[in-house]
Amino acid sequence: MKPNLASPWWRWYPVWSRNVRVWRKLLGPALLGNIGEPLLYLLALGYGLGSFLGELQGLPYVVYLASGMVCASAMNTASFEGMYSAYTRMAVQDTWLGMLTAPLDIRDVLVAEIIWAGTKSLISVAAILVVAGVMGLIADLRALLVLPLAWLLGCCFGAMALMVTAVARNYDFFLYYFTLLITPMLLLSGVFFPVASMPGYIQAGAAFLPLYHAIALMRPLMIGTWPINTILHLTVLLLYTVAAFPLALHLIRRRLMK
Amino acid sequence: MNVTSPIVRLDALVKCYGQQRVVDNVTLQVNSGECFGLLGPNGAGKTTTLRMMLGLTRPDSGKLTILDRDTSKHAREIRCQIGVVPQMDNLDPDFSVIENLRTYASYFGLRAKQVADRIQQLLEFAHLTSKANATIESLSGGMKRRLTLARSLVNDPQLLILDEPTTGLDPQARQHIWQRLRELKQAGRTLILTTHYMEEAQRLCDRLAIMDQGQVIAVGAPQELIQIHIEPHVIEVYGNGAEQWSRQYPMPAQVRVERVGETVFLYTQDEKPFIDDLCRHPQLQFLHRRANLEDVFLKLTGRDLRE
Repeated sequence: MKPNLASPWWRWYPVWSRNVRVWRKLLGPALLGNIGEPLLYLLALGYGLGSFLGELQGLPYVVYLASGMVCASAMNTASFEGMYSAYTRMAVQDTWLGMLTAPLDIRDVLVAEIIWAGTKSLISVAAILVVAGVMGLIADLRALLVLPLAWLLGCCFGAMALMVTAVARNYDFFLYYFTLLITPMLLLSGVFFPVASMPGYIQAGAAFLPLYHAIALMRPLMIGTWPINTILHLTVLLLYTVAAFPLALHLIRRRLMK
Repeated sequence: MNVTSPIVRLDALVKCYGQQRVVDNVTLQVNSGECFGLLGPNGAGKTTTLRMMLGLTRPDSGKLTILDRDTSKHAREIRCQIGVVPQMDNLDPDFSVIENLRTYASYFGLRAKQVADRIQQLLEFAHLTSKANATIESLSGGMKRRLTLARSLVNDPQLLILDEPTTGLDPQARQHIWQRLRELKQAGRTLILTTHYMEEAQRLCDRLAIMDQGQVIAVGAPQELIQIHIEPHVIEVYGNGAEQWSRQYPMPAQVRVERVGETVFLYTQDEKPFIDDLCRHPQLQFLHRRANLEDVFLKLTGRDLRE
């Protein structure tokens, strides 16, 4: 019964698995939030607001909104996890320190946290897909391809959130990131209305936002078509993830390995 | 295992934060099977030294070897063989007592099935068997410390590093932890602990190092340090007129006198004449005792507050 060092490819697993087990303990409220909230939004905005709006880009508004909300939910879930929850584990409960005094290092913890943020996005998107499916807002089985994309989007926003967490001194600090980045992204990436209706410079700016590219990939899959420029959109999401990871790693290492 | 072979070697270890040398040229050896204490006022560099042993802080210069491995290159392998009790409890509040042990074992690559028996033993060792399914929140401070100690043993470590293991505990809980630490030492494990409690160090440690301002200013067995650094008898005189008495008494040159507030400390080879004289002054209160580690500590590090 001697400790055995896992292969470098699997060192994230015990940390990820710990997060899964904590999540399972709070399964009730977690799932209620995951299912209840999108259901309310779809009913209220989709049908309520939708009855005034009619069709958007040839789609009933509720269908348009459902596909946007899938992406928004993946973004929000991963951002919350990478900020509030990860900060709690890093700075409040010292959970990470416990891991770091075992044979794990910051890279292992960070990889696990990013994969976990992706996992949470995947769970939340799966819940919305069920709701949307029951409401008849999904065209065909292509929608299942949204799941791996939701995971990738979650990893991307998880990695970015962890950069913010690395420099945060308290929970309030996250409001900067939410107000200055997440909320504008939510409003300008085509979740609620098409970006094409905005002025040209905003459209140009939106093209740099990861959420915009996630929507370009996921909305077609939900309405029964294939996305175009798939490689480009995937590349942008991957680039954000790959750029955020070493930065977050550097900042957290600087903070914890004084 | 050879009892006197060093398990930890610190060689001219230096760590600076900005201009401050937090650990300043520290050279130490900890032998296998001993309980080694690191003592020092706040900010002496104890915790930084421990962090360097775990590979959590990188030394600016010097060499640190644990179990014949260089910590700057093999921190992960070394941590496999070490158990850690951190200064602050960082038990997982979302898990029960037993889940905390299982989860911590998983960080060492140990599966729940592999460690099931060991975890039962650890619960018994920590007197927490009846609390196996309790939440962390419901545990007392002493129970949390015992669980943290049990947690540090999941990987069956040769070396245990304990950063102020009994700070904040009541006397009963402290005695309990001491008893557990003695058992661990008898079982052949090596213990390194930091503490503010001189009594703790004197009772538990085979050898200890006193640190101040990043430097080791004394190393040795507690009794040895007392013999080398301090007179064998201490008389504390207090109450009205204590100071006046100490100034009127024909004090021999070799007696060391310290006045702290209203108390006069006399450090002497021969206590009898003082006791005889003090008995003639019933208005004075006094206490005669043998010199202890705290006297050594205060002599070497001074009586100024460290904050």
